This record gives sequence, structure tokens and C-alpha cells, in this order.
Amino acid sequence: MIEFRDVSYCIGTTQVLMNLSLRVARGETLVLLGRSGSGKTTTLKLVNRLVSPTSGAILVNGSRNDHGDVIRLRRGIGYVIQEAGLFPHFTVAKNIGLVPKLEGWEERRIRARTEELLQIVGLEAGLAGRYPHQLSGGQRQRVGVARALAADPEILLMDEPFAALDPLTRDELQREFLLLQQRLHKTVVFVTHDLREALRLGSRIALMEAGKLVTLLSPQEFVKSDDPWASAYVRAFGGALDPVPNRGTS
Amino acid sequence: MSLLRFLIQNHSQVLELTLEHLWLVGISTIFAMLIGIPLGIVIAHRTAWNKPVLATANIIQTIPALALFGFLLPLPWLGARSDRLAILALTLYALLPIIRNTYAGIHGVDAAVIEAGRGMGMTESQLLYQVELPLAASVILSGVRIAVVISVGLATIAAAIGAGGLGEFIFRGLAMVDDRVILAGAIPAAILALLADFTVGWAERRLRPR
Repeated sequence: MIEFRDVSYCIGTTQVLMNLSLRVARGETLVLLGRSGSGKTTTLKLVNRLVSPTSGAILVNGSRNDHGDVIRLRRGIGYVIQEAGLFPHFTVAKNIGLVPKLEGWEERRIRARTEELLQIVGLEAGLAGRYPHQLSGGQRQRVGVARALAADPEILLMDEPFAALDPLTRDELQREFLLLQQRLHKTVVFVTHDLREALRLGSRIALMEAGKLVTLLSPQEFVKSDDPWASAYVRAFGGALDPVPNRGTS
Repeated sequence: MSLLRFLIQNHSQVLELTLEHLWLVGISTIFAMLIGIPLGIVIAHRTAWNKPVLATANIIQTIPALALFGFLLPLPWLGARSDRLAILALTLYALLPIIRNTYAGIHGVDAAVIEAGRGMGMTESQLLYQVELPLAASVILSGVRIAVVISVGLATIAAAIGAGGLGEFIFRGLAMVDDRVILAGAIPAAILALLADFTVGWAERRLRPR
């Protein structure tokens, strides 16, 4: 569970985020939707303290995230970014096993977990010894997801993880994300600027604009909303929208 | 062929001066790495310091070698022995390429990779040793390579203050107006430079991230 309590963040005199209050329930996928510069990535980074708020507090699992050890906090939160951010000098296996290794797991346990994760994200075991540059974009992104899941964190932060992929691969990864989420029930905060992705993956959508939370709606509500920003989004995507899937039966 | 005969006749001295030369270059390069790599790491993380540090190293680089030896001569302890003096001067010259390449190498590591590591809970020292330094290693080594090649050439001038090395032959040959003696210093020095370039270059390629 994640809670933002009246959080603001400024860089100098620029207000990046204004009085954000928001709760992310356990097991839900909250999508932060918005344009570049709307503050959605900053919101995400506030959770694992890559960014510290100017005022307000963020609660992770009931306690303020700035009270404990930052390293402990981060190791308990999976983090997936665009282009995966894989270590280019680590093999796939070493990338996936990174957090377990930092946590001091035994080699054998790390190896078993790595194999399990490769399977979970739909990669062949034979890829374990490859380097990131030898993989396709989709494969890299899968490794990124596997790496974030490695130490089985309760919370997953995903910053436009599928944005750089071609439409077919993106579709495939989105579908697998939904299946994975049905099994694992992680608390996910997912940043995207793609309304279709937001409607498909989110249990709720937080629409952000210029550092403010505009509305917070379920996908079904979002497409019918008469909020000017939400409807502007729906119009911009126009006929390209799928009918909103009935969640849980996909 | 008279050069060859000279080299053979004086082989023990050629060997001795070559070893002396290697020692001057080797010790000064190690000192320069011990100072330059940490400095480069610091200025890559605290960018406010990078201008003053790089400017200082740059200025040192512009001082003519003979003049630098002269400036350093009055220093206590160091000035007392010419080889100490030569090592200090060579160390100072080797700093710029090492600091600059360490800075560039670490600065050039993809920011997304660093942030991913930090976001997953790596400490700053884990990031440095497991991510930044391995990814910057080949760039840092190419700085070391430049430093070594420069040092091999500059170390010949150390003979002017009596620090030994292959410059002995060069200065002696100049005084005697004897090409053979000059070449007896210059050719081994050139071979040393090429060998050093090749060896460090090989290590650099080995460390280049794939």
C-alpha cells in the first residue's frame, strides 16, 4: 500500500508537483497518465526516494518512506524503466540476480530464482548467458521485469516500460503483464502517456497535468468522463481506442 | 651497422639505462593513477570541481619539461635527488590524461543505468565498483595509455637533470655530435613507447564493455 499525503515537489521556484494526495491499494495497478512534464515520473520516483518531496509525506506499507533506511526501502520495491536500464556488462542472469546478490543470497538460490524468473517472463533458459545488447528490445524489457521481480517485492514501479517497443511487441508484453498481475497481485504504479495502455492495464487511472492530479477514475469511468482533461485525452486517441475490456476475464 | 655495433658493445649500459627509464615511467604512472583516478571519480560526481581540477592539470601540461624540472629543483627532499624530481615531474604530466579520461569515462556511463541501479537499492559504493568503474575501465585505461606514451618520451629529458634513463645517450650523443649515441638512446625509447602502447592498448580492448 502506498499513500501520498499532500506531497509537493519544487525545483528552485518551479513547482513540479502540487499538493498530491493519492492512495494506491494493495494489489491494484494504478496508472499515472499524463504528458511529458506532468509530474508522473517524479511521482513514481518519490515512492522509492529517488526524489525527496519538498513538503508532505509518502507512506509505503503504512510507514513514512523517509524514516527508515533508503537502501532497505528500495530493495523492497521493484523498479522497471524504459529501455530496461539493464547493466550492459552483466549477463542476463547476472542482471536478474542483482538484488538477490546484493541481499546476500546463496549462489544456488540465486540461480534457481533466475531460472524461475526467466520462465515467468517468457524467456528461454538459454538466454541466461547473453548480454543485453544481444537481445531484442522486447527481450530486454522482459529481463527488466524479471530483474524487478527477483527479490519478490510487494511493490512494483514501472516507468513507461513498454514505450520504446514496436506495437506488436508492446501488445504482447501488455497482455503478459496482465496475466502476470493476475498471478502475482503486486501493488503496481505504472507510468505511461498512452491512454490505450492505461485503459488496458490500470485498475485505476490517475490523470496528471502540470504537476496536479486532475482526476482519478477507473478505466470504465475514464472513457465516459466529462472531465475536460480526460475527455481531451479520449478525443485525442479517438477511434483508435479498443472497447474497454472487462477486467478479470481477459 | 655501426649503430648495431655500438649497441652490442655497450649492451650492459643500454640495458641499465632502459631499465632506469622503465622505472621512471612505471613509478610515475602508478603515482599518477593513484592520484588521477580518484580525482577523476570525484569530479565526475561533483561537477562543480571539474573545471578547477581539469584547468590545473591542463596548466601543468603546458609547462615545458625542462622548465618544470628547473622549477621543482629547489623543493626540499625531492630536489635532493634527481630521480625523485624526475618522477614528480613525470607524475604531474601524466595526471591530465588520466584525470580527464576517468572523468569522461564515468560521466559517459548511461544515466539510466545508474538510476536503475540506485532505484534497485545499490549503495553509492556498489554503483561505483560494480557499475561505473567497470563500464569506464576501457576509457580510463586509454588515458593511462596516453600518459605512458607521453612519459616514455618526456623521461628522456630527465637525463638533463641527471636522473638517468635513455636520455643519457641522447644528451651524450648531442654533446659528442655522434648520431650513433643519440640513436642508441632514441631507438630503445621509441621501442619502449610502442611496446607500452601495445600492452596497455591490449588491456584496454579486453576491458571494453561489449
